[in-house]
Amino acid sequence: MKELSLNILDVAKNSVKAGASRIVIRIEEADGWRTLSIIDNGCGMPPEFVATVTDPFTTTRTTRPVGMGLPLLKLAAEQTGGDLQIESSVVPPTGTTVRARFKIDHLDCVPVGDYAGSVVTLIQGSPDIDWLFVYNREDGKSVSLDTAEVRQILGPEVPLNLPDVLMWMEGALQFETEQQ
Amino acid sequence: MKTLAELQAIRERMKDSVTMRSGSGEIRAVVGMATCGIAAGARPVLAALVEEVNNLGISDKVTVTQTGCIGICRYEPVVEVFEADKEKVTYVKMTAEKARRVAEEHLKGGKVVTEYTIGAAEK
Repeated sequence: MKELSLNILDVAKNSVKAGASRIVIRIEEADGWRTLSIIDNGCGMPPEFVATVTDPFTTTRTTRPVGMGLPLLKLAAEQTGGDLQIESSVVPPTGTTVRARFKIDHLDCVPVGDYAGSVVTLIQGSPDIDWLFVYNREDGKSVSLDTAEVRQILGPEVPLNLPDVLMWMEGALQFETEQQ
Repeated sequence: MKTLAELQAIRERMKDSVTMRSGSGEIRAVVGMATCGIAAGARPVLAALVEEVNNLGISDKVTVTQTGCIGICRYEPVVEVFEADKEKVTYVKMTAEKARRVAEEHLKGGKVVTEYTIGAAEK
């Protein structure tokens, strides 16, 4: 993956598949480290599955027995000297947290890329899920989007995946300096 | 920065027309968005389709959706077009540019863009 945002798009889809009703995606940058967290309240994974889930030959897909999503995220983190952690529970409250840490100034640290494009794509695909996205950048600036709030303003008649709404959200996710 | 007032305005503009716009779903354009598709560039393809279907004013009959792995990873990004009573059309190695042309000529005009299909790619 050329950008971290593509890993985000890919791995967050696991949370959708796990039946989550709320998915939180956070990027936190502090002290030279970038930490990506994807937190869902989906069905969770049993410990024996968690233990093998970063093995490319573990997958829930049925088209072939290879799943590269988490292995690629793990690789992206570890090639900077960072790591990947997964916590999951199948007993209530169920859910999964994936956390990946990247050393920002490492030569092999991939750029964050078009995170707004990924978030909007996720919302387009699953407009009924509550998405919370937060990006706290190292320079102290931050952006966030909570679809529960957006939905409140739109009311029940207007769906989140309407093109005008998607475009508004993509704009709302930009840092101010990028606006020009 | 986008303001909440702008969002409010979208609501006012859309709330009456949405039932109309939610679509008969006559035509479904499905983009493969598993790891293989994403790595190959499916995100801009999907964005272009959504945008172009909206610009062409055909969102009442065309729905753009995402799916997982279609099973032909070497041809990603893949877009499948489903239409009642017609054979499925599979477009392969798509780009945003190609997606716009498919939206215009096929989804709107009803004419398959043969050169982008899997049949043409396999020759």
